Amino acid sequence: MANSTTGKAEAAPVNAMVVLAPAVGWLIPGAGHIIQKRWIRGLLLMVSVVSMFVLGVLMQGRIYGPNGGDILEILGFIGDLGAGGLYIVSRALDLGQGAISLATADYGKVFIIVAGLLNFISVADAYHIAIGKKQ
Amino acid sequence: MTITLNHFSAAAVFALFASIVFGITHRETTRDMVRYGLYCFAMFLGGALVAGWAMWLLKR
Repeated sequence: MANSTTGKAEAAPVNAMVVLAPAVGWLIPGAGHIIQKRWIRGLLLMVSVVSMFVLGVLMQGRIYGPNGGDILEILGFIGDLGAGGLYIVSRALDLGQGAISLATADYGKVFIIVAGLLNFISVADAYHIAIGKKQ
Repeated sequence: MTITLNHFSAAAVFALFASIVFGITHRETTRDMVRYGLYCFAMFLGGALVAGWAMWLLKR
């Protein structure tokens, strides 16, 4: 009985920010930090992720779709998906078809995937700030 | 519109943005974030240069 009371007392408080910050941070890179008043960090994350993604698209990098079939294409899709809103908008605009005649298209593909993976890290950081694990 | 970067420019841009994100997300204080970001940037670019020279030596 005493243990259950102690367990309840030690449980981390759940507020809306715990869900909102990662969700907004995924949809708009850096916004998870900005809504928690980490302005500079949020802007730097936003500039970094968006710049990498846009450079990747401008280098004619390929953006993977959800129905790749091949395991490597599925992994590429998961990486791309990390960019959130950027991925959704670029798919809607039919960008990232990947010009295989260009040598830099391969760099572009990597830039796009890494932008998504960096945004996953940024989302995790926004979550850690929301639960109070990090300042 | 198409941008064409050479291999080193692409590596430098990649290192810059990845280091900013790593610095911010992997450290607690501002000072540690800057130091870790610079460390990551140096390691990214240093690694690319070392790998480049290693491949040049292997080719000879």
